Amino acid sequence: MPTKTKEKSKLNHVAADPGLFVHRLIAYIVLFVLCFICLFFFYVLIINSTHNNFTIQRGFTALPGKSFFVNLTNTTHDANIPVLSGLRNSLVVAACSAALSVYFSSLTAYAVYAYDFKGKNVLFAIVLLIMTMPTQVSALGFLNLMDKFHMTNTLWPLILPSVAAPSVVFFMKQFMDSSLPREIIEAARIDGSGEFYTFNRVILPILAPGMAVQAIFSFVASWNNYFIPALIIDDAKMKTMPILIAQLRSADFLKFDMGKVYMMIFIAILPVMVVYLCLSKYIVRGVALGSVKG
Amino acid sequence: MKTKKKGISYAKWGYIFMAPFFLVYAIFQLYPMITTVYYSFFEYFRSGLKIIGPNFVGLKNYAAMFSEVPKYFGNTIIMWLLGFIPQIIISLVLASWFTDVRLRLRFQGFFKTVIYMPNLIMASAFAMLFFTLFSDTANGPVNSLLLSLGVISEPIRWMTGVWSSRGLVGLMNFLMWFGNTTIILMAAIMGVDPGLYEAAELDGASSRQMFWKITMPLIKPMLVYTLITSLIGGLQMFDVPQVLTNGKGSPNNSTTTIIMYLNQHLYSKNYGTAGAISVILFLICGVLCVMVYSTLTKEDDGLTKAQRKAQKAQIKAAKKAARAQKGA
Amino acid sequence: MKKALALLTATGMALTMLAGCGGSSSSSAASSEAASSEAASSEAASSEAAPASEEGSVLNIWCWNDEFQSRFNDYYPGVKEVAADKSTTTLDNGITVKWTINPNDNNNYQNKLDEALLKQDSAAADDKIDIFLIEADYALKYVDSDYTLPVKDLGLTDADLADQYQYTKDIVTVDGVQKGTTWQATPGLFAYRRSIAKDVLGTDDPTEVQAALSDWDKFNAVAEQAAAKGYKMLSGYDDSYRTFSNNVSAGWVDGTTVKVDPNLMTWVDQTKTYTDKGYNNKTSLWSDGWSADQGPDGKVFGFFYSTWGINFTLLGNALATPTSEGGKEEVGNGIYGDYAVCQGPEPYYWGGTWICAAAGTDNTATICDVMKQLTCNADIMKQITIDTQDYTNNVPAMKALAEDPDFGSDFLGGQNHIALFSEVAPTIDMSNAGPYDQGCNETFQACMKDYFDGAVDLETAKANFEDQIKVKYPELTAVEWPAA
Repeated sequence: MPTKTKEKSKLNHVAADPGLFVHRLIAYIVLFVLCFICLFFFYVLIINSTHNNFTIQRGFTALPGKSFFVNLTNTTHDANIPVLSGLRNSLVVAACSAALSVYFSSLTAYAVYAYDFKGKNVLFAIVLLIMTMPTQVSALGFLNLMDKFHMTNTLWPLILPSVAAPSVVFFMKQFMDSSLPREIIEAARIDGSGEFYTFNRVILPILAPGMAVQAIFSFVASWNNYFIPALIIDDAKMKTMPILIAQLRSADFLKFDMGKVYMMIFIAILPVMVVYLCLSKYIVRGVALGSVKG
Repeated sequence: MKTKKKGISYAKWGYIFMAPFFLVYAIFQLYPMITTVYYSFFEYFRSGLKIIGPNFVGLKNYAAMFSEVPKYFGNTIIMWLLGFIPQIIISLVLASWFTDVRLRLRFQGFFKTVIYMPNLIMASAFAMLFFTLFSDTANGPVNSLLLSLGVISEPIRWMTGVWSSRGLVGLMNFLMWFGNTTIILMAAIMGVDPGLYEAAELDGASSRQMFWKITMPLIKPMLVYTLITSLIGGLQMFDVPQVLTNGKGSPNNSTTTIIMYLNQHLYSKNYGTAGAISVILFLICGVLCVMVYSTLTKEDDGLTKAQRKAQKAQIKAAKKAARAQKGA
Repeated sequence: MKKALALLTATGMALTMLAGCGGSSSSSAASSEAASSEAASSEAASSEAAPASEEGSVLNIWCWNDEFQSRFNDYYPGVKEVAADKSTTTLDNGITVKWTINPNDNNNYQNKLDEALLKQDSAAADDKIDIFLIEADYALKYVDSDYTLPVKDLGLTDADLADQYQYTKDIVTVDGVQKGTTWQATPGLFAYRRSIAKDVLGTDDPTEVQAALSDWDKFNAVAEQAAAKGYKMLSGYDDSYRTFSNNVSAGWVDGTTVKVDPNLMTWVDQTKTYTDKGYNNKTSLWSDGWSADQGPDGKVFGFFYSTWGINFTLLGNALATPTSEGGKEEVGNGIYGDYAVCQGPEPYYWGGTWICAAAGTDNTATICDVMKQLTCNADIMKQITIDTQDYTNNVPAMKALAEDPDFGSDFLGGQNHIALFSEVAPTIDMSNAGPYDQGCNETFQACMKDYFDGAVDLETAKANFEDQIKVKYPELTAVEWPAA
């Protein structure tokens, strides 16, 4: 980033440059169009969730209707799409996954960062290698294993595997390289603190900003996860939101009321959107952080 | 007392702290992967209420799948490209605009917030939303809007055309990822030494010249990284086409991705065939994983002296080019 | 005092139930069940808090939509309380009914049910399936297995079942043993818009409209007339599918070979013609466009439907203001009253839901009572028809309504549709139904849809069907097409 004086000097020849003005105009128009596209779908979603089935089927109107609360009650009172338990299950799974993946990934990254031991580089290389291996390739074996463990129709198979989250390990390692001074570890040791205690009480607070960012991403990824949960969960009471949404598409009799369908999508998207709008600054910064080497 | 035993006693903590990761990985990923490979050599499926097999059939499942998989692999790649090409172009343009010191765009925070937003949406909900918005009938929101604006005279049957349904999948992937890519590329561009731009500017280089001669060569590793991670993500494409077409991959199987095909076999409880598809997918991803690994480690310090030298040479060349431009 | 009273009623209930259901025990399982129940209830009378019988406290019912659930909650006399979200129903005898609803589409219900049944032995008593529902499209798969119990073992007698339509018993009977029972008979029909019929044919009288539609040539001619006036004859591709698929000469699968019946290819040809000529609206069954076509803004002449469809879908779709927003089911709300039904060009049936008792259940007495009340009780059957227009499985009750000059459906403009159905119902023949029908029908419709849409040619559509049916049913090896 250039210095202030530099910017000022540029201000002068900006005013004189009509090409730059056009360039800027184009940039704003393109950005405006893109933002319009991004927001338009949400607008339709919100508008249609306030209409009843009949007015929705008459075609799209730009103004909200009066059926928001009727749709809401209809949706929350339908045992076929147990929204409330779906929200609860999704919340439990996403929160636990985020906590587990962030804690254990920090622990793993810390092992690489703070200790010298035989095979360390090989182990870290393995973490990097499996980082991009999709979970789908082992879905078949996973499914059978969970069946053997009697864990189908429970939330455990959706939570426990997040202990091993290679991309979070990678990020936390980067974060430590850039913002965890080794002297702190030394100092803690001199104070006689045990290694585990040091990690929990001294190191974690320093890592908190990086962990928070990763926690948000893990939460969202888990909240939106559909493939594995759909294979593991049959029991209506255990279903997470993505399964219920997909069920809307496949179960014909649920589509009789489009107002309900829109309301359901609205409910599924809403929590993450609210969180995002509150924390967007940190999240956008987190995306950038995750990509660039410390 | 503890500090005295340094080197010997601390090493074990490294293993202890890494243990949970590898233990969980071994149980929930590695072991299932091994059994998946094992099943792929068997005829093993459920026929209604009866279970057939497991009977060892050697490579028969693979032989059957090698003729089927390429088609779905092709679908996947096509739909990935439909999203990725516009995504990388738009993202590059936006990233260069956002970081252009002369352009000095305002409301950057707002724009970034909005364009990143679709990335956080539940893919299945997004697809369900598109399914309802792009309904084939004249009363579907998009059709009714286009009709009332006079853009079209007949409702477009979005879900019945091969390219319109693939296009919708591409559009959704584009919308979900272009904000993310923009931010990543911005970070990469901002990581470029500002001195380079200052020097080039003093030499009178235009924005376009600076972009092609300085920015592009220097963020190339990041572009490669984005490309490969996006490709791996693309190979896993499932939620969007699955929900959009209700798992049918209609029309004419043209939107059936490789994971959707795998899912169909998992769904029919055909473990042998599903195993074979998983292994094929594993091999493809394995190659890509190694590529990601090498781009990542290349950028880290350590083995990368050659790489750094090349980079420096590039920078020099860029400066030279800028100067040459000025002279011309 | 209150408690004692409740206990008394509960015991009474149990005893009456036993009198009805335990008595005719033709199998040892049922009789031992009855005996232990009796012992339990006498015990209950003496000790205070014991349950009324030794039955499991949870009755698990599996189904694929809420049709049976609402029949059960509305008409089963033993219902005490329905949970606010309808996920459970509490019975007078203290048993909790737990509903498990898995959508039907793409064999989903069958797959989930199979998985649960395979685990039935190892499941805890309260998790075991007690009742599951099946459809004609795959009934055979379950009745021809050990996972269903013969209804006579539960305590139903020939006398109980005497008034039911024979075909509803035949389809769930294997080697002379009946293993399910249903509350409905499902003759197919053609529901048309009176106002459109008047415009096109000059009459809305069911007899005259039927005369104009009595075979396919006439039907096609009317389609042309309707198109000339700006209407569509049918809404979607699959609307007429059942009229063809129920009039086939053999079942879908022979051994491990899928045999496509010539009549299905007739459907393909006809539908392609309709599509090209603009006689249909290019929708698919159950899509939003299809249900919108049934609503006040629809321009479609009529819909092939079955008895259950009138109440389950058509009525709701016809209203402008839904009942949940205070809309009344009465003339003036949307096109309530503008529909009428006739037989259509070819007799056929569509759907039908059978109640089966799962092997391993610990609630045989309750299941018996449910079957008895909801499929054999003439009064309840009659009431269901009066309330919901559904056509129930009781010959004399339906006959009485058919002959009742005062009976008519307001929704159908006063028509006595029961009279029509009671003529058709005895002719239903389900002998070609087989275990693979659902998967084959769905896949065939989906593949041909690409052809109708113009996305592929017929040969590709056929090839896709061959591929996809083998993915769905790995055991099927070949597909045979009729000679062109």
